[in-house]
Amino acid sequence: MADNFSISLKELAKRNKGLASGHRACAGCPFPAIIRMTLSASDYPVVVANATGCMEVTTSIFPFGAWPVPWIHSAFENVAATISGVEAAYKALVRKGEIPSDKKVKFIAFGGDGGTYDIGLQALSGAVERGHNFLYILYDNEGYMNTGIQRSSSTPYGASTTTSPVGKVLPGKLQHKKPIVDIMAAHGMPYVAQASVSHWNDYVKKVRKALSIEGPTFIAVYSPCVPGWGYPENKSIEVAKIAVETGFWPLYEVENGYYKINYRPRNPLPIEEFLKSQVRFAHLLNHPEAIEEIKRFIEGRWKFLEFMEKRREIEGIKEDV
Amino acid sequence: MSEILKTRQALTGNEAFAYAMKQINPDVVAAYPITPATEIVQIFSKYVADGEVDTEFVAVESEHSAMSACIGASAAGARVMTGTSSQGLALMHEMLYIASALRLPIVLAEVNRALSAPINIHCDHSDTMGSRDSGWIQIYCENANEGYHSLIQAVKIAETVNLPVMVTLDGFIISHGMEVVETLDTDVVRQYLGKRKPMYNVLDYENPIMVGPLDLPDYYFEHKRQQIEAMRKAKAVIEEVITDYNKRFCFDFPVFAEAYRMEDAEYAILVMSSAAGTMKEAVDIMREKGEKVGLVRLKVFRPFPFEVLQELFKNVKAIGVMDRADSVNTMGGPVFNEVRSALYDLNSRPRIMNFVFGLGGRDFPLSDALYIINRVKELKEGKSLDFVEYVGVRE
Repeated sequence: MADNFSISLKELAKRNKGLASGHRACAGCPFPAIIRMTLSASDYPVVVANATGCMEVTTSIFPFGAWPVPWIHSAFENVAATISGVEAAYKALVRKGEIPSDKKVKFIAFGGDGGTYDIGLQALSGAVERGHNFLYILYDNEGYMNTGIQRSSSTPYGASTTTSPVGKVLPGKLQHKKPIVDIMAAHGMPYVAQASVSHWNDYVKKVRKALSIEGPTFIAVYSPCVPGWGYPENKSIEVAKIAVETGFWPLYEVENGYYKINYRPRNPLPIEEFLKSQVRFAHLLNHPEAIEEIKRFIEGRWKFLEFMEKRREIEGIKEDV
Repeated sequence: MSEILKTRQALTGNEAFAYAMKQINPDVVAAYPITPATEIVQIFSKYVADGEVDTEFVAVESEHSAMSACIGASAAGARVMTGTSSQGLALMHEMLYIASALRLPIVLAEVNRALSAPINIHCDHSDTMGSRDSGWIQIYCENANEGYHSLIQAVKIAETVNLPVMVTLDGFIISHGMEVVETLDTDVVRQYLGKRKPMYNVLDYENPIMVGPLDLPDYYFEHKRQQIEAMRKAKAVIEEVITDYNKRFCFDFPVFAEAYRMEDAEYAILVMSSAAGTMKEAVDIMREKGEKVGLVRLKVFRPFPFEVLQELFKNVKAIGVMDRADSVNTMGGPVFNEVRSALYDLNSRPRIMNFVFGLGGRDFPLSDALYIINRVKELKEGKSLDFVEYVGVRE
């Protein structure tokens, strides 16, 4: 990744643009940190749209709004459509001279995995195809946490949720998560990336890179959930880090169709380290076949990424396209 | 104002809607095609392609996204329009409530079509009647000319009272029927409407606001109460806008309802939209026979002009209310139920019955119109009748 997207921790801390204190996110929830990193990373004024979900409900309770930037929420499945309307209005008002053209504004949509992988996928796909100039940030906590921990198509295989519970017969969720980043990359977007709240430098660079691009961009950022996953309140960042170090959540980006793995764990931790850190997987320790299935899945994902990364090499293209 | 300002054009209902949209030149149009409203989007797309408007046209992937994008754009301070029909309006349903409660002055050109199932593309009012409690102002027009002018007025009404407005025309009967429309000059329309001046917008990053926050039991009720109050106040605004429009441009469009031969009427018919044309003909025929029958064409259904109806019907003995939709509640159609409720407080209540007609585009011939008048006459004369009848159906 080109270095001009880097920003020092000192500069980031100086900007320190984030939620006001008093928001109602759970103790230990990492998305306030994601919001702070995102808003502080931007060199431009931003307008935010939020899908219905944890982030929206905990940061907007009237009259205690916590956002320091213009913010709009309309419904659950449509944040990409909503932000596309805001962006269209901006374009029209600039064209009509109502807004000076040098007043650059960036548009950011935040959605959880429910609002992105599932109910909002159509609106997201449509907004991306239309080429609106916006950054979509998926904070992925692998379930419908706002309504009380139900499965989503992002919930990993084997995880116990309230709608994929461990029972006498079933060992939790029976399906793997959808490869949402690859689904978005298949749209031919200029920039798509996967990041984790645990790797701030990588995430902030990706946000800055995405915001430098005209057109639709997408970042999936891993955002562990204290009550949904079942781990102590002070362990969110650690759990996210283990997900990266075990290879469960690879950090990578796709720029104009070219894949790049941003981080390869030198000595990958065994997946059991990730599984045993959370209550949602606790039952799997008695289901070795399920753990084998998860290992096969991770291996398959990495084989795919390694293969896709070879495209540059095959085409003889240098890293910085 | 002189008559010179008007041009007589032969337009279909859809063309009249699209032409009004071109003259309005909204900042953003987000729309999705659906029969029989497709042409509105098609014609408008051509205006965009030919540079005749400088609208940002968002060709969304669904009606749900159409209304969502309209909400985003309107919250950003833009003047916003869309068009749809039937299933499209039904798919927007969730977002209709959000548009109105966020007090966004979006204007929607609606073509009335029956809702599935069974799937049907022809006219009835089940689509917009299904949205009657969504907090939108609803204006039902008789013909393309009224649709054209109402759409222009709707922008003024919406932006004055900060509520969204849908203007409707009957699918195919009007949307695809060609008739004479008296259009205004584009400059006149643009000058009349001026620019939208929003109180707040989400593009003003120096004064950030939050639109659509979570409201709990400690505030939700007050905010809904304010919205209800806005709808109440919309009545004065609608009256003011249409009266002023008539004066400026020399028209005589009715405000809430059109009274036809009601002066000395002993009994009356209430009908909406294009069926009023056939019904007026039937009233004329009956008048020639010496029958004292009149007609009220209800134009504004939301807000519901109950005071106007109380005044119009205070001296009649019997009323037949016509519905082009049924509430499937065993009590007839929505118009009937609301009209009957509105007249409950009259000192001498008229006898009243409901005629449900024209579902799924079933033709409404003059013979049916005359049948309805004769039934209401029987009602006036004291005959005991079922309070709802289905006219023009095989059963």
